[in-house]
Amino acid sequence: MSLWRQLTHGIRGLALRGKKTDEADEEVRHYFEEAQAALMARGFSAEEARRVAQVEFGNQTIAEEQVRSFGWENAIRTLLTDLRFGARQLRTHPGFAAVAVLTLALGIGASTAIFSAVNPILFKPLPYPYPNRILMIWSTYLGARSELAFGTFQELAQRGRSFEAMAIFEPWQPAITGAAQPERLEGQSVSAGFFRALGVTPFLGRDFQSSDEAFNGPRVVLLSDSLWHRAFHGDPNILGGSIKLGDDNYTVIGVMGRDFKDVLAPTAEIWTPTHYDPRQVVNGFNTWEWGNHLHVVGRIKPGQSRSQAVEELAAIARNPWPQFPRPRWASLQHGLIVDSLQDDIAHTVKPALIAVLGAVILLLAIAWVNVVNLVLARGLQRRGEFAVRGALGASRRRVIRQLVTENLMLAALGGIAGIAVAAACLRAIIALSPAGLPRVDAMAIDPAAFLFALAVTTLVGIGAGLIPAIHISRSELQTGLQQNSRRASGGPALTRRALVSIEVALALILLVSAGLLLRSMERLLAVDPGFTPSNLLTLQVQTFGHQFDDTTAAPGPGATRRRQFFEQALDAVRQTPGVDQAAFTSLLPLSDDLPVDALYGAQFEDQTGDAGFNVFRYAVSPRYCQTMGISLLSGRFLDERDSSSAQRAALISQSLARSHFGNASPLGKRLHVGPRDRPWYTIVGVVGDVKQTSLSIDQSDAVYLPTRQTWFADEALSFVIRTRGEPAALVASVKSAIWSVDNNQPIVRVITMERMRDAGEAERRFVLVLFEAFAVLALLLAAVGMYGVLSGSVTERTREIGVRAALGASRRDILRLILRDGIRLTAIGIVIGLCVAFVAVRAISTLLYGTSPLDPIAWIGVVLMLAGVSVVACWEPAWRASRVNPAITLRSE
Amino acid sequence: MSDDNTDVIQGTLDMLILKTLSLEPMHGFGIARRVEQISRGVFKVNPGSLLTALQRLERAGWLDSEWRKTENSRRAKFYALTRAGKKQLEVETADWTRRVGAIARLLREGA
Repeated sequence: MSLWRQLTHGIRGLALRGKKTDEADEEVRHYFEEAQAALMARGFSAEEARRVAQVEFGNQTIAEEQVRSFGWENAIRTLLTDLRFGARQLRTHPGFAAVAVLTLALGIGASTAIFSAVNPILFKPLPYPYPNRILMIWSTYLGARSELAFGTFQELAQRGRSFEAMAIFEPWQPAITGAAQPERLEGQSVSAGFFRALGVTPFLGRDFQSSDEAFNGPRVVLLSDSLWHRAFHGDPNILGGSIKLGDDNYTVIGVMGRDFKDVLAPTAEIWTPTHYDPRQVVNGFNTWEWGNHLHVVGRIKPGQSRSQAVEELAAIARNPWPQFPRPRWASLQHGLIVDSLQDDIAHTVKPALIAVLGAVILLLAIAWVNVVNLVLARGLQRRGEFAVRGALGASRRRVIRQLVTENLMLAALGGIAGIAVAAACLRAIIALSPAGLPRVDAMAIDPAAFLFALAVTTLVGIGAGLIPAIHISRSELQTGLQQNSRRASGGPALTRRALVSIEVALALILLVSAGLLLRSMERLLAVDPGFTPSNLLTLQVQTFGHQFDDTTAAPGPGATRRRQFFEQALDAVRQTPGVDQAAFTSLLPLSDDLPVDALYGAQFEDQTGDAGFNVFRYAVSPRYCQTMGISLLSGRFLDERDSSSAQRAALISQSLARSHFGNASPLGKRLHVGPRDRPWYTIVGVVGDVKQTSLSIDQSDAVYLPTRQTWFADEALSFVIRTRGEPAALVASVKSAIWSVDNNQPIVRVITMERMRDAGEAERRFVLVLFEAFAVLALLLAAVGMYGVLSGSVTERTREIGVRAALGASRRDILRLILRDGIRLTAIGIVIGLCVAFVAVRAISTLLYGTSPLDPIAWIGVVLMLAGVSVVACWEPAWRASRVNPAITLRSE
Repeated sequence: MSDDNTDVIQGTLDMLILKTLSLEPMHGFGIARRVEQISRGVFKVNPGSLLTALQRLERAGWLDSEWRKTENSRRAKFYALTRAGKKQLEVETADWTRRVGAIARLLREGA
């Protein structure tokens, strides 16, 4: 009731402001009239009565003010007045307003964009019920996460008690046929518990059930909402219908909801059950069921804690049971790595994201310092205005309130512009984002981002208003009107100079970080991959269709047909004009070929038991090494002689030769790659090491086998084509050459090796680009700040400079005086920056490659660059000072 | 007018206003005069505080106001007690009596 009256009265007061004021005044006037009348009734004259009333009841105007200012609506009225005044201030000083708003927009925009990009990865809960109950389970290989085998999964699933659901999944890329050209879909092959582990159910139809994942089980699929609409026009009758993938018909059993996001495979549009054979797990280890190529996800039972689940899994890994035999490569002797789903998808990018977040906060700080500087400079110009306010009775609080209001308004304008900047930046970030960045689809300027921008804006506004306010002391409010107000006042000027040094220090931290990352990138691109990437075109050809199936154990007639197709295609490519050399391989270095599919256990003839090496297995055509430019160190290359009927031949990499044979020659020695029940491969040559998965990773043990002698025919092979001219120009002719053999086989990932190499470093490049952008902005802002402060200082010191000139200082002397001043500020900033950066660069040390965090070139370069920029920023004010005409300055005093 | 008049005790102004208005509707100066007269000049009311307090009480719903002509035909804002105001006066009076009694007892005990 009372609140309602407060509200209605207040609103009426606001709306009928004039009437309300008039009424209040009239009431006060009436009061004094009555008082006067009462006094006159006691015999005072009119004049006396007025004076006595004045003495007795105080000043009528003050009483009017007091009555008028009652009610909450007056606080709003003051705010509106301040806002109006502030707006007028900004309009009359458009230069100041534009620079300040732009600076704030940059700072707030950049930080909001980065926040929106980082938030879904690191902080926002995943779009599943109780997402913190979802765990990812990995094996450990060389201390890092490594995929698991079906056999291991079975043991974990059957022995583990803490899990409501546990599932395996692996990528699945079926080709959807029937259209003009075969399209490859991105999908996942998952076990029945997959969607239950995530906590989601299909929107239409049913989830996978255990009968679906049985060995030789039915071919069924679940579709994503987008695929359902794209390929089937959202027709609900598709349920139970069949679609053709490759040469097989699959029954559609369900459609996932539109809001279902598969964070484990953001591009997946189709899911099918895995069909592993549980009987193979105990029959022997040379089976597909013991290949380490599966990811495992699990959901903890309600009421179980994560640490209980982790502890249980660790205990299972430690204590093998006889009914669950384990091979050497799945012994779990190094334990399991278990992490929450959110941390798991973020773990590779987390250090980079934290570093970028830190960088953008530095940038925001620099922008803020710059705005504070601008506001301080404006404050100096407005000292007269504040003095007038003080003289008219404004309290210090009142003036500070006005200043804070003004700066909040400035910040709000910056914030609004910042949201626009953030939207543009975020779009750029998403466009630039490397393939490995998770949750890209969830990055948006969402309510959380707005809230973040609002918080930053408020903080910046209040901060920028309070610092100048501190300098408006009571005495200044009173003395500002005096004539000597032109004298530089120590407080604000000192603060401004300190702020410039801080700005330089912050910019230095950013520049050093960017410089170190740049040096890393240089080093990385200078790394010799072990082959020649220039003039090399690569593409992957996939084969599918029942013509390549084998009913008996491989290699059967299907495998033969597959090999035949690839060899004919290679011949066609070799005859294409412009092609110098061509070859194919099962695994392409630096590509996104899954390294787990290519990692095999190798065992030399003199090794027994569990001894062996994990090597990359390359099944290659003749002339592969020559085409790639991989060097031959001893023996011979693989060639046409290594046919299916010849003695099995293999090349091994230098590192593998060294680690097993030392300085002895490995030529003529024999080894197994993969299953040991196959014929021995004899080493015929040693070739140079190649960077396999990434330029930054030394993991070079490799074995090259002729495709004709492998125990199965790879379904997908990458062609490498050494061209005489620009490799990209040959794409069309090479494709038609391959399709001239069989135009049903999809050709994917057509890319030159140089682009592939660069794309492999996309994550690094992404961080580098962001850091570079922030560093350049920081440098610019610092230069603007430096210019502003020196420029202001020259204006304030005009008189002093005039006196110096009159006393005989040359223009050169004065130029040097001002420049020295600016350089001193820079130097202080650089020293502070160096100290802080020395500690701060540790945060990015994990992002560096082949570069010490104290890399002298980066550090010295940055210091020189900052010094140079500061001289440029100081030059104009210094030059202006040197032109001061002493006669004019002194006369104007 | 005695020299030892006092400003109205903090927090009692509202009660004094309500009590004064419980007799009849009055305008601001009338209230001030009545308070002064009845307290024999002990309490003196500042016009700024009084008029602000009237606005506050009106917003609290304890008073109604109306512009009327006075007996000497000036336009003045007259305040009258509402039903809620009457109740509030009872509450405040009871509260006040209780406090005064307590203080009186304390002073007696001490003496």
